[in-house]
Amino acid sequence: MGQADGQDQQGKDLSRGEMTGAKALWATLANHGISTVFGYPGGAIMPVYDALTYYPEVRHVLGRHEQGSIHAAEGWAKATGEIGVCIATSGPGATNLVTGLADAMMDSVPLLAITGNVARHLMGTDAFQEADITGITLPVTKHNYVVRDVEELPQIIAEAIRIARTGRPGPVLVDIPKDVQMAPYAGEIPTPHARPEIPAPSDESIQRALELLKSAKKPVIMAGGGSLDSSTEITALARAWDIPVITTLMGLGAFPASDPLWLGMPGMHGSVAANRAISEADVLLGIGLRFDDRVTGRVNGFAPNAAIIHIELDAAEIGKIIRTHVPVRGDAKVAAAKLTENAVKGVWPEWTAQITEWKGRNETPDHWGAGYAVKAVVDRLTPDDILSSDVGQHQMLCAQLARFEKPRRWLNSGGLGTMGFGFPAAIGAGMAEPDVRSIVIAGDGGFQMTAQELATLKMYDIRNVKICIINNSYLGMVRQWQEMFHGKRYSEVWLGDSNPDFLKLADAYDVPGYRASSIEELPGAIDAWLNDPKSALLEVVVPHEHGVFPMVPAGAALYEMIESDPKRAAQLKEQLADAPMNTASIEEIAEEARNA
Amino acid sequence: MTDPVPYDQLLSILVRDEPRVLTRITALFGRRGYNIKSLSVGNTEHPGVSRMTIVVHGDRGVVEQAIRQLEKLHDVVKIIDHSLEKYVDRELVLVKVAITPESRVEVRQIAEDFRSRIVDVGRHALTFEVTGDEGKLTAFIEQMRPFGILETMRTGRIALTRGSNADIASHIYHEGESEALRPVVEGLEAREERARGVPNLF
Ligand SMILES: Cc1ncc(C[n+]2csc(CCOP(=O)(O)OP(=O)(O)O)c2C)c(N)n1
Ligand SMILES: [Mg+2]
Repeated sequence: MGQADGQDQQGKDLSRGEMTGAKALWATLANHGISTVFGYPGGAIMPVYDALTYYPEVRHVLGRHEQGSIHAAEGWAKATGEIGVCIATSGPGATNLVTGLADAMMDSVPLLAITGNVARHLMGTDAFQEADITGITLPVTKHNYVVRDVEELPQIIAEAIRIARTGRPGPVLVDIPKDVQMAPYAGEIPTPHARPEIPAPSDESIQRALELLKSAKKPVIMAGGGSLDSSTEITALARAWDIPVITTLMGLGAFPASDPLWLGMPGMHGSVAANRAISEADVLLGIGLRFDDRVTGRVNGFAPNAAIIHIELDAAEIGKIIRTHVPVRGDAKVAAAKLTENAVKGVWPEWTAQITEWKGRNETPDHWGAGYAVKAVVDRLTPDDILSSDVGQHQMLCAQLARFEKPRRWLNSGGLGTMGFGFPAAIGAGMAEPDVRSIVIAGDGGFQMTAQELATLKMYDIRNVKICIINNSYLGMVRQWQEMFHGKRYSEVWLGDSNPDFLKLADAYDVPGYRASSIEELPGAIDAWLNDPKSALLEVVVPHEHGVFPMVPAGAALYEMIESDPKRAAQLKEQLADAPMNTASIEEIAEEARNA
Repeated sequence: MTDPVPYDQLLSILVRDEPRVLTRITALFGRRGYNIKSLSVGNTEHPGVSRMTIVVHGDRGVVEQAIRQLEKLHDVVKIIDHSLEKYVDRELVLVKVAITPESRVEVRQIAEDFRSRIVDVGRHALTFEVTGDEGKLTAFIEQMRPFGILETMRTGRIALTRGSNADIASHIYHEGESEALRPVVEGLEAREERARGVPNLF
């Protein structure tokens, strides 16, 4: 806030008139260095929007749906590591935030959500647009508040910001009744709370981890979303010990993909190398992760031969799913640095050879399809570019095929798997980093869940968001499951006859559009799309029925993975009659995996 | 290591006296499927801080997981895991027993044996107040059952740490205090074997 200008001797801010709860809110946000908020106005939040006009130092971005606004705030937070802020009115505005809050909770995204509510004397009376949003969001927020007294408002905001970004980050919601927003406020505007120190791991636990690592013959590191901010230390650790590194869906970018030690992503659609390495490892060093079921596969078949070291800040995650042999609770940065100090360069030539062989089994898409299209797009990414994805087959293809050199360049909805996340998140990230390309790859289904945010691109003349729609005319991921596990009974997954003309849709918002439907058309279309000075949309029309492989069927262990597309193998077999190929049908393989 | 047998375990939780704090705690238990057997809440000697005793039914792994989830709630100030300490616990129950002119004396005699007080006298019923540990209360109720129990209400168990240990540390994460955080000292047998003993909470 300006100190000298517009203030009289008592420090009273003349240019901004009388201080109210609503103004104190903006002043507090400004004091916390918050430059941008995403939101949507309405009756119960009007005093806050009125007060906004006095605070030009905070930029408000108007979305077209509160879900779009909150995912944009998440995109902002995921890309920068700083808190994202969104605002909504009471009732329907507030309930539209619920999906984003749950998403942020699952993926540990620091987020502040501010909602208006009816005046205090009306609360609990089923007043117009009243919703018990703190009750509704209780299980999907790290904490939430109703502000009952204007004197508490700025302190609550400061505390909410601290909670959201302290320790394991998460979303915090502050619900402000309308009369509290309007009430005069005479108190101080708080400055940011000091960030409490992250506890350092105990020496004893580090010692035990060292002993275990020294005894290892087949070690592997697995880094999750909680390791993104310790990327440098983890990279040094892995290189010092010569231990291969797996990064989970949330951890992609924590270790540079160009390093030969990198094995890719584990889990349901993980790489052959990652899943095999987990299954064979004798020591698994997990860093900042929570052993999600999509990562572990069948839990009692996960890393069956490994002693597990788990470096984690949130004690509740240690031993929650997977039994840990050496728990290391505390800051991953410190833990990784200490383990690096005492590193002993590994001598495991057989392990390295084995891993190289597995890595050779990773397939690159070589024929026209969604995989080919995704690969063509992600191959054009520079290390600085941000890639967001929506949820579905294209998401898994992005995670398999993109190569991230740095953390926080990959944004996706991992824990909740929220369709509609990708595009608004790319807008938020693009606004946070206007000099960087913010690319989103979305499915034809999910894009339509938040396509209205095309208006946000137009309104703010955002030029760095590049949308790529992988149009397979299906809710592809669901279709694949129906093909594999429900006897090809395709139920409510066909979008082909009712999808919009995506180029016309973009055009309606003055967003230029490009289309490619073949290998031949693709490079030119990508060039035109990326070179367009404006934000632009590229629709890639791909064959309807494709599967994502490798795949570990639900309920199977990682070592029971289906390594490559059996349909494709059969096709190739026909072409090359005498080549030895796996000809089992998908159903047979899946069945076998289930029974194993 | 982790004892897979479920049993009753007592936790005392000091919480900030904020709206919904009770909901936050019970919702957490409900959401994650932990079993609350009883819960009682009251003010403490510190203004703004309430104390609750929760009886959780579950094996050690589940209870420790519950404790660590509770630790993350902003309104939770401190958790005392009574399994790690010597403690005293009490519960109070009100029991309304039907009486007839013939049974009246016998019912009163039983109550006296339990050092129970009569808190209400009616023509057809007596209401007793009994305090004690779980065994005593159960015995009392069983003794009275043949006469006809009309109504009962229990406060749920409440507990305090014994002796001068008033300021024991909250359940902390130091290795060794918690089963789940205790390293496996024995050799590294195939995890698949051990994994069977680990409760999958989801
Ligand atoms: C909000 C929401 N609803 C439903 C789902 C279930 N779901 C997961 S993937 C998927 C299909 C996505 O289709 P599309 O966006 O076209 O992507 P594709 O799989 O075809 O690449 C669905 C319906 C979900 N994840 N999120
Ligand atoms: Mg699709």
